[in-house]
Amino acid sequence: MNHRIILAGFGGQGVMLIGTLLTYAGMREGKHVSWLPSYGPEMRGGTANCAVCISDRPIASPVVTEPTAVIAMNLPSYQKFSKILVTGGSLIINSNLVNSENIRGDIKAYPIPANDEAVSLGSERVANMVCLGGLLGVEDIVSIETAIQALPEVIQDRYHHLLDLNSKALRRGYEMVRQMT
Amino acid sequence: MSEPILMKGNEAIAEAAIRAGCKYFFGYPITPQNEIPEYMSRKLPEAGGVFIQAESEVSSINMVYGAAGAGARVMTSSSSPGISLMMEGISYIAGAELPCVIVNISRGGPGLGGIQPSQADYFQATKGGGHGDYKLIVYGPSSVQEACDLMIKAFHVADKYRNPVMILGDGMIGQMMEPVVFRDEPGDAAIPEKPWATTGNEGRQSNLITSIYLDPEVLDAHNWNLYRKYKAIEENEVMYESYHEDDSEWFLVAYGTVARICISVMEKMRKEGFKVGLIRPITLWPFPKVAFDEVAGRAKAFLCVEMSTGQMVEDVRLAVGGKAPVHFYGRTGGAVPLHSNIEKRMRDVIAGRTPVVTDYLDTTTKEVEGDETSVPAS
Amino acid sequence: MKPVYLRPKSLTDTVTHYCPGCTHGIAHRLVAEVIDELDIQGRTIGVASVGCSVFAYNYFDVDFQQAAHGRAPAVATGIKRVHPDKVVFTYQGDGDLASIGAAEIVHAAARRENITVIFLNNAIYGMTGGQMAPTTLPGQITTTSPFGREHKTQGYPLRMSELLSAIEGAYYIARCSLHNASHIARAKRAIKQAFRNQIEGKGFSMVELLSTCPTNWRLTPVKALEWVEKHMIPVYPLGEFRVGEGE
Repeated sequence: MNHRIILAGFGGQGVMLIGTLLTYAGMREGKHVSWLPSYGPEMRGGTANCAVCISDRPIASPVVTEPTAVIAMNLPSYQKFSKILVTGGSLIINSNLVNSENIRGDIKAYPIPANDEAVSLGSERVANMVCLGGLLGVEDIVSIETAIQALPEVIQDRYHHLLDLNSKALRRGYEMVRQMT
Repeated sequence: MSEPILMKGNEAIAEAAIRAGCKYFFGYPITPQNEIPEYMSRKLPEAGGVFIQAESEVSSINMVYGAAGAGARVMTSSSSPGISLMMEGISYIAGAELPCVIVNISRGGPGLGGIQPSQADYFQATKGGGHGDYKLIVYGPSSVQEACDLMIKAFHVADKYRNPVMILGDGMIGQMMEPVVFRDEPGDAAIPEKPWATTGNEGRQSNLITSIYLDPEVLDAHNWNLYRKYKAIEENEVMYESYHEDDSEWFLVAYGTVARICISVMEKMRKEGFKVGLIRPITLWPFPKVAFDEVAGRAKAFLCVEMSTGQMVEDVRLAVGGKAPVHFYGRTGGAVPLHSNIEKRMRDVIAGRTPVVTDYLDTTTKEVEGDETSVPAS
Repeated sequence: MKPVYLRPKSLTDTVTHYCPGCTHGIAHRLVAEVIDELDIQGRTIGVASVGCSVFAYNYFDVDFQQAAHGRAPAVATGIKRVHPDKVVFTYQGDGDLASIGAAEIVHAAARRENITVIFLNNAIYGMTGGQMAPTTLPGQITTTSPFGREHKTQGYPLRMSELLSAIEGAYYIARCSLHNASHIARAKRAIKQAFRNQIEGKGFSMVELLSTCPTNWRLTPVKALEWVEKHMIPVYPLGEFRVGEGE
């Protein structure tokens, strides 16, 4: 396995956090991992993204130019990264913010209303977890259980009362995508 | 030996320094290395050390001078424009033969430049930077783990030679998260006696830390003593990694994060049957000339890839000594060389063509191939 | 026979390179006497600056570090933070402290660095041959203000004691003069106070000493002393500008 994943959205949507969570989970499963953020002024309100590599072998380049999977939480991210996804790759789209018509035919695309689902669970802020859960539902990167177990490592102590909400959001995304496949 | 911890490069570098027994940090904020001073401001007091945010990089490096002269294990960190400001102090530190570690998480220049990863400070780091005949020992880590290991080594080497050591990373190394394993470090216990340090002259003759020698004969002798020290460093401290050096005919040459991209290219091309190898200098000074001697008889050409317009390539040419063509491909200002573009250049090299030095020139002026804007074969 | 004048223990037996009539020698002696009297020679570390006092370390028998131009307060900060129980002082001229090192001195004071600063103000660059300093008086002729310092294009003298006394981190700021015996005695008391403050952990102390430069002022030593009194003191009034309270 050699997963090369881009997670992208607006600054504040929590894409760095789900990237970190995925990386932690990969490390917990004994895989080689790397997490490389975009950084700079665009992190303040613009589009932010991070590249996560999870592999059985040591990771040569942490730079992802041909992702095997993409999470696009907003339209600019969808426009930018759906183009470079490899043929047969998986694309998780936040359909609340992305009009996902004319999707490439050679990829596996899963539009999910992540914001709506997050609101129904109690907070729009867990839309990121819904998306990550969705990705874990289609790509065998790490198990959803490992991801849930890794939550306390990436969520600050003062937000630990929200651990349950976050794990529910992961499961919701996971199940929605499983039903689509 | 501990369990792997997932850490950002900058934080891992800071943690490694503390584990190496570094007790003093003097610095000034600049992107993309701020996690280092931030981490130090949290953790150094716990470790019984001192963190000071100075009023400038100029002041920071002079605080490092004072603390190093007082016998402490001390460091600073900054990024390119800030390192330029430190050059005066670094020259004094080298001249006074004080041990310290300077981290440069470099960004694109010249001037204010940008804040994205760059390797354009290679000349500054390896060829002096400040005034006078001096050398920094320069390490170019390519992973977060290696950055930690080299950080710890840097303090030992600095003390061993009484010389400033630089860790030359780039924004990618600083911002990237990877698992890190910290080995048990002796910390302070490994710090050698420093009888030359200014600690008060109780019971001994007064000590002096200085770099001023107005008598030409004395300064001449001082410089040749430094030269002898640098020769010893060249003999003892060279580090590099070679890949497939035994059967390759075509070699990629790269350091730091770019080397990792080149490794991916090498692996892909080898699968397709091309005899491509790679040389990755770890010490940028002293430069690993020996790595090139080892492949001199067999190598048909080299392709040096950098996030600059071509700096380390000059050392590669000196090391190859005209025995084979040395080509160059680079991107600058935070643009990272893509796998596909490196591969394209490597295919050019193998086909006997001189590759265009960068995509910018490639896309705007197709006809430049082979003219003076591309790097000719040596 | 009782000796009435001995070399302080903290001075080496070295002939200084200072010009005849220069008051650096007096300042050195005062500092050395204070170090002796406070019995801190073995735990004192000096920082020499760039200027005429660049070789101060040849004359003081204590550990010394030579700093880059203007950076003595930063170097002293590094030393003091490593050895908080030692006594650290800088010895700086006006080009070093008031010009190129203006940032370093201001921020050392602002950080409440527990160090002692001896600041020699002679209104000119001595070592480089008599150029204009930030402390040069209005109308004063130097090699780079050959028509006299002209305020419209060359501004006004920088009064460092007044400036630093506005900083909360500064505990003790005083300006004294070395132009006659009674002022020299007063200067010594201020220097002793500045060292004592450090030993007691009170924070940043600076003593500014109005000094002569007969060579570059083109005056005889005696005339130079008169010049300090007549021309410098009106621009640089003497006294204690800040005497802190408590810690």
